[in-house]
Amino acid sequence: MTTMTDHVAEAPSGSFKLSMLLNDTRYRSLTFQFIALVAIIAFMAFVGGNLVRNLAEAGLNISYAFLGEPAGYDINQRPIEYDSQSSHGRAALVGLINTLIVAFLACITATIFGVIAGVLRLSNNWIVSKLMSFYVEIFRNVPVLIWILIIFSVMINAMPAPRDFRGDDATSSMLFDLFAFTNRGVFAPAPQFTNSFAATAESGPTSTGLDWLLVVGALVLSFFVARAIGSWATAKQEATGDRPTTWYLTLAAWLLPVVLVCMFLGLTWNVPALKGFNFQGGMQVRGSLIALWFALAIYTGAFIAENVRAGILAISKGQTEAAAALGIRPGRIMSLVILPQALRVIIPPLISQYLNITKNSSLAIAVGYMDVTGTLGGITLLQTGRAIETILLLMLFYLTISLLISFFMNIFNNRMKLKER
Amino acid sequence: MADQNISFVRHDQIPPSPPPTSAAGPVKWARENLFSGPVNTIMTLLAIFIIYRLVAGAFPWFWNGVWDADSIRECRDILTAAGKSTGACFAVLVDRWDHLLFGFKYPATEYWRPTLAFVLLLFAAAPALFYKYVPRKFLLFTALYPFIAFWLVWGGSLWVPVVILVSIIATMFAFRAVEGLDVNMRRILAGIVGLASGLGLAYLLYQGATELWFISNSVGTGGAFAAISSYLFKAASIFMFVFFIPMGIFVGYAIYDDAEGGGLVTIVTSLFVLYALLAYVLGPLSSGLNSVIPLELQAVPSRDMGGYMLCMILGVVCVSLSIPLGILLALGRQSSMPLIKGVCVVFIEFIRGVPLITLLFVANVMLAYFMPPESNFDLILRVIIMITMFSSAYIAEVIRGGLAALPKGQYEAADSLGLNYTQATRLIILPQALKISIPGIVNVAVGLFKDTTLVSVISMFDIVGMIRGPIQQSTDWISIYWEVYLFAALVFFVVCYSISQYSQWLERELRTDHR
Amino acid sequence: MTRIWPIMAIQNRPTHMGGHQEEVNMKKSLFLGALTAAGLAATGVAAQTLDEVKARGKLNCGVTTGVPGFAEPDANGVWQGFDVAVCRAVAAAVLSDPTAVEFVPTTGKTRFTALASGEIDMLARNTTWTFSRDVDLKFEFTGVNYYDGQGFMVPKELGVSSATELDGATVCIQTGTTTELNLADFFRSNNMSYEPVPIETGAEAVQQYNAGACDVYTTDRSALAAQRANFETPGDHVILPEVVSKEPLGPLVRHGDNEWADIVRWTLNALITAEELGVTSVNLAEMAGGSNNPEINRLLGTEGDLGGMLGLDADWAERAIGVSGNYGEVFEKNIGESTPIGLARGLNAQYYDGGLIYSPPFR
Repeated sequence: MTTMTDHVAEAPSGSFKLSMLLNDTRYRSLTFQFIALVAIIAFMAFVGGNLVRNLAEAGLNISYAFLGEPAGYDINQRPIEYDSQSSHGRAALVGLINTLIVAFLACITATIFGVIAGVLRLSNNWIVSKLMSFYVEIFRNVPVLIWILIIFSVMINAMPAPRDFRGDDATSSMLFDLFAFTNRGVFAPAPQFTNSFAATAESGPTSTGLDWLLVVGALVLSFFVARAIGSWATAKQEATGDRPTTWYLTLAAWLLPVVLVCMFLGLTWNVPALKGFNFQGGMQVRGSLIALWFALAIYTGAFIAENVRAGILAISKGQTEAAAALGIRPGRIMSLVILPQALRVIIPPLISQYLNITKNSSLAIAVGYMDVTGTLGGITLLQTGRAIETILLLMLFYLTISLLISFFMNIFNNRMKLKER
Repeated sequence: MADQNISFVRHDQIPPSPPPTSAAGPVKWARENLFSGPVNTIMTLLAIFIIYRLVAGAFPWFWNGVWDADSIRECRDILTAAGKSTGACFAVLVDRWDHLLFGFKYPATEYWRPTLAFVLLLFAAAPALFYKYVPRKFLLFTALYPFIAFWLVWGGSLWVPVVILVSIIATMFAFRAVEGLDVNMRRILAGIVGLASGLGLAYLLYQGATELWFISNSVGTGGAFAAISSYLFKAASIFMFVFFIPMGIFVGYAIYDDAEGGGLVTIVTSLFVLYALLAYVLGPLSSGLNSVIPLELQAVPSRDMGGYMLCMILGVVCVSLSIPLGILLALGRQSSMPLIKGVCVVFIEFIRGVPLITLLFVANVMLAYFMPPESNFDLILRVIIMITMFSSAYIAEVIRGGLAALPKGQYEAADSLGLNYTQATRLIILPQALKISIPGIVNVAVGLFKDTTLVSVISMFDIVGMIRGPIQQSTDWISIYWEVYLFAALVFFVVCYSISQYSQWLERELRTDHR
Repeated sequence: MTRIWPIMAIQNRPTHMGGHQEEVNMKKSLFLGALTAAGLAATGVAAQTLDEVKARGKLNCGVTTGVPGFAEPDANGVWQGFDVAVCRAVAAAVLSDPTAVEFVPTTGKTRFTALASGEIDMLARNTTWTFSRDVDLKFEFTGVNYYDGQGFMVPKELGVSSATELDGATVCIQTGTTTELNLADFFRSNNMSYEPVPIETGAEAVQQYNAGACDVYTTDRSALAAQRANFETPGDHVILPEVVSKEPLGPLVRHGDNEWADIVRWTLNALITAEELGVTSVNLAEMAGGSNNPEINRLLGTEGDLGGMLGLDADWAERAIGVSGNYGEVFEKNIGESTPIGLARGLNAQYYDGGLIYSPPFR
């Protein structure tokens, strides 16, 4: 609240009339802001006074001490270590990471759906373009909550339960004996390492963050090597006019380090198997995650398709014709000429779609996915009864995520912008 | 003349023979559009396969649908008895039709009221939506509609909305009357009004100052954060203490001083009149009139609203409230005054940065703490407040886009005509900016209407809440999902699709650039 | 919303508000309130709950969004059930009209705020009496109308006979309840692992359980029985013998309004005492005419002035019992063995039958 407080003193002493504060453009904006400031403070006084009085009447206080107390409840999807004795703060962190996981997956998938549908909707193929219009209109015009609930209900009821895999007269079976599609989610083989950093003599193959760090490190190395190869090829092309064939070098750069690291760590696959009540081992992508992910992706994909279509239509037809005149094939015209230009139109609305996905992921509570609304804004709120504190914190989380996403996407957008000279 | 035997010469052209079947009609069309190349052929076949799967899956299910049964078990029995492996139980829609549309608490004898309100809504919306084709005078009905709809949906005495309407009209007359006064009369009036508002404002600010002092004392000093905020409150309080008398004098005198120009006096007087009418005349007059001529509908409390009707109420009310608010926010964000601009930016970005669901949580569990202890806002009102704030932030951004798209010359032209800010905004800037923003506003409205389903998360019984609660939970229709969710999807689709088609039509209609 | 952060630091410090100060503050809020919310609903001054209810002519009673037998709207939208009966009894005692109740459906999330913010006058919703709810959340539990415990339900085909065999199971739970914490404690103390599937509403839990998306459904045993009654083949499911927690369920009100708490407490006690003394809906009118048993006379107001002490009239208890009979009758009608829910009295029998239901004397 940086504003003037002494505007009266600034007034010229001579022919000053009070009404000049309102009618004279020199002072008017100061006057209005002063009034606004007073109004804001009065509003704060009203709201804050009520809050204090209501809390005092209910005998409550505002304190964030509960974040350090044991949460007492379990969370099924735990990207970081967590058990029921961990603190509420850690539960919120687990939820936050789960939010980011589903938002990230949904953003990528929605982009893929959207680009495909947007491009195909402009296709000359009548039936395909009509099918895509159908998809876009159906999904855009029905609330995402209904889609989430429909997809979740269908998953729960239409997919086989693990008990259907059991016994000799099993009605379902695993795909290639590796994947199991159940109404509790998809079970898939998980990579594990015999020489893991966390492995001890009796623990058998396992995996820990450090192992994955090594794998990621190898990938980062590959990335730089592949880039070096690319720029070497470009330099060569510029010097000689011929681009050397490098695809096998690039492939090797991508594969070799990872393979070496995996061999060093002793990669094995932990295949899920039906044991006891459920599939054990492997990794489980839970039904709630799949339903939320898929629903958000397909719903937002319909919006992105519209953005993509608008972006492509914004590129003048001359570009297509010029590309065709150069002899570029239709498929490559799209990917080499039209899309790169359309991207500049598409990216700004795409950013807001990504923000929408992140915000809509809070609907996770409808399917019991433990995102930050489910942990902090759900169970923690209910168990501690600290409504004001948890909701404020929850809003702060989302605000931070939103601002970060728009910040990074804006940087990206600025780099992609056409540089006019 | 020798009879010349010339060979046959055609006098006219041969009619063109029809093209070969492979190059004409549907076949040609199919070849060009569906099978022009290998990729295209594969895509066509794939699309046909997908359509076939969809139809083959859905059609028998739909066709075998049972429309008459009392419970899901009876429905399944009917299907098995008929020897059908698949079939829908649409009977749930018949059985729970009223619940899906009106919720389970709205009195059954009064269903005609919301239905009528909905039909009237179409009539009220028409003059605004198709203003080129519907005579202007019908806009009067649009202006009356909120009062009619309020009375129809909530019931109670007709005289309440009538008196409110009359108060508003009276205020408008007061506005005109003050505008028409001669300078001397106006000076006297300005003196009275200035004195009253100066005193009132000073009193209000004094209360605010003591309130702030009270807060600063309640804030703990256990920690730097609490101490700092306590001092901030103290500072704000002292600030108010210092300024409550000068502000009162200033505002009072400014109003008095403005008597010749007149704008301020007129507005403040009208506000006074409106406040006095609503606060002191509304209650006694409407109950008095009602005791003389009782025109009453059964009153229905807000929390009895439910089903699709609740979505409609929230959608219509919040959109119509958030447009003026959004305009103000957008203008504020464009303002050259840093404080006002800052407040608008923070508000807009805050609202846009958090999911609607957290705002609904605020409405549900937090807002009550921020209200005076004795006030009694019911949940639907709190939800309306929050959703309106939510959508106004988005609408503000759309309108800001419209304002930014206006060429600078428009602003400068308005200035050079000597129009002041209000006149320029009202006559030059807003009409053009709003025209550009209409498609965006409609998009926000559609999105908002869809988002009204989120209220089911805070245990309100809108259509989704009815499905997830009383219907799926009931013994009769336990765990039914396809039929009810598809129905919900359908009713939303019908409304949203029509609105978006309207928006596209309007976009073409508004195109004035003669392409 | 820019200025939210200073509020976070507010701590509970006793503010010395004398009577005068309070009045001033109230006036001030009223004034500010009237300005901001001119014309909107602002009801009078902060009265005691009893006066508020009387002035309103309706009791706002918080219930669940639907648990068969305990609180559920029927096809006509009329609320029925065991918890609902408590609300109706209180309404009959206070307002002489058992239908003068506004039932406010609350979820696990909204129930406490609804009560704390005054949106509802009492909460009669399967709410467990715990230390922290009583002391930390500042609520007053006015008694126990159902002694419950958390149990597990599994399909018979799994062949599980004890909850200790549930290692590795997938468990459906309703979030925001004490069951969630008990479940974590139970599996932790038995060194077993499990996969929790958190679910918002009972209906969705049942849907998932029936579809086999979870092996076990856990909640209060009464609710398990109630929901099993809705299944297509209730016989295919067993409720395991283990009771992993104590769940005394009862109505609750806000801290601080003792008169109102007394009314709710003694209305419940009146129902219990009526069963003990043999006052039923059948012989109520006869008993109210006077009897040989002085306690019955005190209860029904023909002797002494117990009603007056509560701020009600003499035959408040008669009206409360008249709604649907005494505690035992309410139990039998809504959740007893003759209903689809089929719960035995068990712990909820009168103390002389070996149960825990026991009312202090009306004296």
